Amino acid sequence: MELKRVVVTGLGALTPIGNTVEEYWDALIAGKSGAAPVTHFDPEKFKTKFACEVKNFEVTDFIHRREARRMDKFSQYAMVASDEAIADSKLDLESINKLRVGVIWGAGIGGLETFQEEVINYANGDGTPKFNPFFIPKMIADIAPGNISIKYGFMGPNYTTVSACASSANAMIDALNNIRLGHCDVIVTGGSEAAVTIAGMGGFNAMHAMSTRNDDPKSASRPFDANRDGFVLGEGAGAIVLEEYEHAKARGAKIYAEVVGGGLSSDAYHMTAPHPDGIGVIAVMKNCLQNAGMQAEDVDHINTHGTSTPLGDVAELKAITEVFGEHAKNININSTKSMTGHLLGAAGAIEAIASILAIEHGIVPPTINHSTVDENIDPSLNLTLNKPQKRDVKVAMSNTFGFGGHNACVLFKKLD
Amino acid sequence: MSDIASRVKAIIVDKLGVDENEVVAEASFTNDLGADSLDTVELIMEFEKEFDIQIPDDQAENIATVGQAISYIEEAKK
Repeated sequence: MELKRVVVTGLGALTPIGNTVEEYWDALIAGKSGAAPVTHFDPEKFKTKFACEVKNFEVTDFIHRREARRMDKFSQYAMVASDEAIADSKLDLESINKLRVGVIWGAGIGGLETFQEEVINYANGDGTPKFNPFFIPKMIADIAPGNISIKYGFMGPNYTTVSACASSANAMIDALNNIRLGHCDVIVTGGSEAAVTIAGMGGFNAMHAMSTRNDDPKSASRPFDANRDGFVLGEGAGAIVLEEYEHAKARGAKIYAEVVGGGLSSDAYHMTAPHPDGIGVIAVMKNCLQNAGMQAEDVDHINTHGTSTPLGDVAELKAITEVFGEHAKNININSTKSMTGHLLGAAGAIEAIASILAIEHGIVPPTINHSTVDENIDPSLNLTLNKPQKRDVKVAMSNTFGFGGHNACVLFKKLD
Repeated sequence: MSDIASRVKAIIVDKLGVDENEVVAEASFTNDLGADSLDTVELIMEFEKEFDIQIPDDQAENIATVGQAISYIEEAKK
């Protein structure tokens, strides 16, 4: 059977550097950092006192108070970004066959704040369980796509993929394959995360995974810089409407790009450390190219996982050199996490949006905060440092890797 | 309006996100105020907390309207 072609027809973003797709893109090109002192709780006693939080966001501007209080923040973010993407797609919600519209979402954790609050509440009591009836349905990672389907009546496949920081890339690949196989006409995909909480910050700090550059939060996320000292925790959501090509063409939809392939692999090595030789990362990029039926030389741009950790950044760039050979130096490589921080389960989605918009606008956003060369990084690589670069991007790759050794890679192509 | 009645109504307005004018004695939580099964459980828990009382499940089932909630709590607080 011939696989269907899949295209992007709608985008939505709620990020630490912009609350709409337009604001997000403008901030990416301006090289804006989303890092600032934590406001969601008092971080005084925490090793890291800053994060990339969503800003100037009042949920009741978007969702009725009654509905909003039944949702954890990760669900609220999902709803707001999906609303934008669905509106952007201009799908006719009256005439569309909703049995063939799915929602496949990504979340690395889910309702962490809800979990935390309920357990604190129990611990402060006399031992009598007084859990709120909304505790479980607010917290579970699959509730975000559930809520989206309830609002829009989309009755196709509906679930959340969980693979830590690769979650929303896994979701996009599942969405791609469901449409390719003819199971759905349209799938709202993407991911959301809201882990800037005491449990999230405390937990990641305990792993020594996060930057502690408290004297200068804005420059803390510095992928590929010699003095990088860990990732900066971010939060928010990215939503992408994927649609079967003929379905999109028939209704005259605006098509941003084609999704031409997805790759998946596992490091099978360590719970949190990347494999030093990057074998899983090499495998995932090769799988992705093969899945798309493309050659390494076709790729113009790679939005890396690039979290600004000492080990991960170098391992990923070595893997890129291994997969792309001589062509690696022709590729515009970047890490938009230098601006957004690391949105965990939403990272794959917002970075895919950055790649799609790089194709759309012919500009690659920069890797900001780079000042000191790392001797372990091949100097011939173009890491798109500090300033955006004009580039006619025909094919863009987006990498995401999650704790547990999960690797996912998605390939987007300018429509011919 | 009694002190208990006004506190009960305040909880309902807060939890169900409804307008104060809708919260009349004969209003049913599910039929008139849009509550689902989870909302009604939460309301009972909030009443227990606010008034420091215990409402057993078999009695909670009989509290379906604003007026029934107020009468039950007034009785329990005597």
